[in-house]
Amino acid sequence: MYEYAEAAVEGALAAGATYADARVVVSKQEGIDVQNQAVQSLDRTEQAGVGVRALIGSSWGFFATADLTRRAATAAGERAAEIARASAVVPGDPIQFADVDVVQATYETPYVEDPFAVSMSEKVDLLVGVTKTMQEVDGIAIATGNLTFYATNKWFVSSQGHRIHQHLVESGGGFDATALGERESQRRSYPQSFGQYETGGYEAVRKWDYAGNAGRIAEEAAALLTADELEEREADLILEGSQLALQIHESVGHAIELDRILGWEAAFAGTSHLELPNLGTFRFGSDLMNITADATLPGALGTFGYDDEGTPAQRVDIVKNGIWLGVLSGRDSAAIAGLPPGGMVRGDGYNRLPMVRMTNVGILPGDSSLEEIIADTEDGVYMATNRSWSIDDKRLNFQFGTEIAWEVKDGKLGRMLKNPTYTGIGPVFWGSLDRLAGGDEWIHWGTPNCGKGQPMQVAHTGHSAAPARFRNVRVGVRG
Amino acid sequence: MSRAVDLAEQVLDLVGDRADAEVVATEGNLALTRFANSFIHQNVAEVGETVSLRLAVDGRVASARTTSTSVQALGAFVEAALETAALQPVDDDWPGLAPPAAIDSVEHVDDATYDASPGARAELVRAFVDAGSGLLAAGYCQTEGRTEAFANSAGQSVSGRHTSAILDGIHQTGTSAGTAHAASVAIADLDGTAVGELAARRAAESANPFDAKPGDYEVILAPEAVATIAVFLGFYGFNGKMLSEGQSFVELGSRQFDEQFQMWDDVTDSRAMGVPFDTEGTPKGHLDLVVDGVTRGVAHNRKTAKKAGVESTGNSITGSESWGPVPTNVFVGGGTRSVDDLIAGVERGIYVSAFNYCRILDPKTMVVTGLTRNGTFMIENGRITEAVTNMRFTQGFVDALGEGKILGVADDARFADSEFAPGIMYVPTMRLGSWNFTGGAEG
Repeated sequence: MYEYAEAAVEGALAAGATYADARVVVSKQEGIDVQNQAVQSLDRTEQAGVGVRALIGSSWGFFATADLTRRAATAAGERAAEIARASAVVPGDPIQFADVDVVQATYETPYVEDPFAVSMSEKVDLLVGVTKTMQEVDGIAIATGNLTFYATNKWFVSSQGHRIHQHLVESGGGFDATALGERESQRRSYPQSFGQYETGGYEAVRKWDYAGNAGRIAEEAAALLTADELEEREADLILEGSQLALQIHESVGHAIELDRILGWEAAFAGTSHLELPNLGTFRFGSDLMNITADATLPGALGTFGYDDEGTPAQRVDIVKNGIWLGVLSGRDSAAIAGLPPGGMVRGDGYNRLPMVRMTNVGILPGDSSLEEIIADTEDGVYMATNRSWSIDDKRLNFQFGTEIAWEVKDGKLGRMLKNPTYTGIGPVFWGSLDRLAGGDEWIHWGTPNCGKGQPMQVAHTGHSAAPARFRNVRVGVRG
Repeated sequence: MSRAVDLAEQVLDLVGDRADAEVVATEGNLALTRFANSFIHQNVAEVGETVSLRLAVDGRVASARTTSTSVQALGAFVEAALETAALQPVDDDWPGLAPPAAIDSVEHVDDATYDASPGARAELVRAFVDAGSGLLAAGYCQTEGRTEAFANSAGQSVSGRHTSAILDGIHQTGTSAGTAHAASVAIADLDGTAVGELAARRAAESANPFDAKPGDYEVILAPEAVATIAVFLGFYGFNGKMLSEGQSFVELGSRQFDEQFQMWDDVTDSRAMGVPFDTEGTPKGHLDLVVDGVTRGVAHNRKTAKKAGVESTGNSITGSESWGPVPTNVFVGGGTRSVDDLIAGVERGIYVSAFNYCRILDPKTMVVTGLTRNGTFMIENGRITEAVTNMRFTQGFVDALGEGKILGVADDARFADSEFAPGIMYVPTMRLGSWNFTGGAEG
């Protein structure tokens, strides 16, 4: 497949590009949805093509085609250069490009069990079984389960001499139970909302023991219908790990994207409250807040060998002891900021322009445990599993809802509470972090649905997190 | 014969009599010119073909999609799909294939837009940027041209072309931003200067905003904000699957809205975009959702229609097996009053240019949280007086449109971006009696 990427790069250079790179991507995806013991959809998607990026002056030109022939690839390179040249109608400063080592390499996701080799009947039986278990609980009207598997081969070539082949494998899924009341619905999910996804094979599904958790999840959903509402007040808030993972994703991960900080996403995704002159001095949170962007974590969803500019996967300190130290960057954005490129540029398939994306942006583990944190809390709320998420375009003001909560009184879990929400301002909220779990409770949660860019791109990102406590948070906000 | 039609027939032939099959084939291009900090920084285009196949082998159903459309690749694609289907349990709810039926003759296409050049998009961007007179501009101009063909083994065979052109952007001051949006079937309809001027005016007028006190306010919602409400109603409410599962707020035949509220789905309207058939080959037509405040209909695909004992409304989309069928050519009825007239009636309220990052808390109650963005203003004694910082709200959308709560509908209906997808919502400015703002965006 390298020959098509090479042809595309040659076409772009011949048409006047000062730099060009191309990716041939061949991918397949298998998705299974089951609802109330019946298969809703079984879908297999294959995608193959070449996307080429050409740099002229102040703009990238990008062109993609599914026609994998030398002729079409060369023409794609020429079109990419033509598009970049048309941008000169509304020009800016020429794009600079930070240096990276030119490498010729291969990378393969380690996995134990090829998810595409596991029989379809085993996968369907698993989901039919968990939905049956959930339906057996009184009050459960809808029980769904899903599994999705991805295998992606990428061949990357640049005009600077990169030649990189990667084979990435991702697996995951989950299930949920919905109980319907007269004027409300209540849902519980496992392992987290939208499922848990990881790099790796079918072992990423097996380890979560779907069958052993289906009954509990359904019973909690049914019980929520008669639970008390969480009252609006200020309280000490304990977050379960997957909810903290999404909190990191939204209020830290997107805020540290350098393209947002530079204004490149202003009209759509938004900007950031972070300003580059404050890098190294801005207090983002308490001393317990230690965030890294680490694309090398085994099994985490945002793990790979090289990004889509050929920069090696790496670990970058983002926040250390509460102080903001790092950003997510690519070669062009890093050059403007005067920083080393972070290897965080990825495109969604062959037909999308690579852009700054999260890798594995997570919090380093603490030395406590959920049990200890609850025991240490006099008057608080414990919230688990995301239900809704919303944050402003500077990534400051957020409001999250979770599926379930329990009141915490005198060091013990108390009443179950429904419709829990909490709201806050990013750095104020992170400044109130005072307890953080670790050990086995520190998990590489995966987010398979991070949207960004125009045309829209979906990225798979990882977020290591563990249960944590935040002091004096506004909870129970509703309309 | 177009390439898309040829592809659909090829795949159907490859399946032969081994299964009931339906094929959607597309060919075309998508191009998007993106700008920020007042210059074009990302400029992309793609061409390609796609084939989607759903087949049923004795009631065992599977679907597959591919972008590889060589004869050899399609042969392997079909065999793999057949093998997958054979492994499935029988789907007792399989509704069968759409029977042969004629589609509306409407064609929302403009040849100049189908293959619009990067230069044409760049000129629109230049006009938008120049209209800001030094303000910082960001946004995009997108053109799309696509041919879609459907064929199934029951004999239904239809095809159509469609185009769209969109210009959307903001101008920014140091303390504010203003947004504007235009969409049409034809790129020639887009006026970059006019769109840019509106965004620039909103940005300038919303400079140096103050923090308004949270609480219930009367609101004037510009079309972008109304489009967000409409898309939530459509996706979570007027959805035949959600209704059959008991998750929708919809009560057919009940007066659930103010009598001024009218909402329908109609790809055959001359102002709409898209093709007049769905991914199951069912013809699309006019579907009343709300008439004079009374809920009249929901969108159906063949499976939800069978369950409800009605006919499909032609609202199957890719993924609707799981998500359910949704309306994608939505119109909200416009009024006869000008926007200024609506504002003149407000003693104290908030004008909202657009919402941002809205997420549903419970589909059954339609309570949604989100923020305002790109132009929020205080209205006092019938006129806009000051700019307001972005505000967070938590609001029941059905409740906000309830009996007596729509205080006016303007005559400015147009395509508005709903935050989730442009070109699917054609809506006016509305004046609503109450909206629950829970705080300012920055604390």
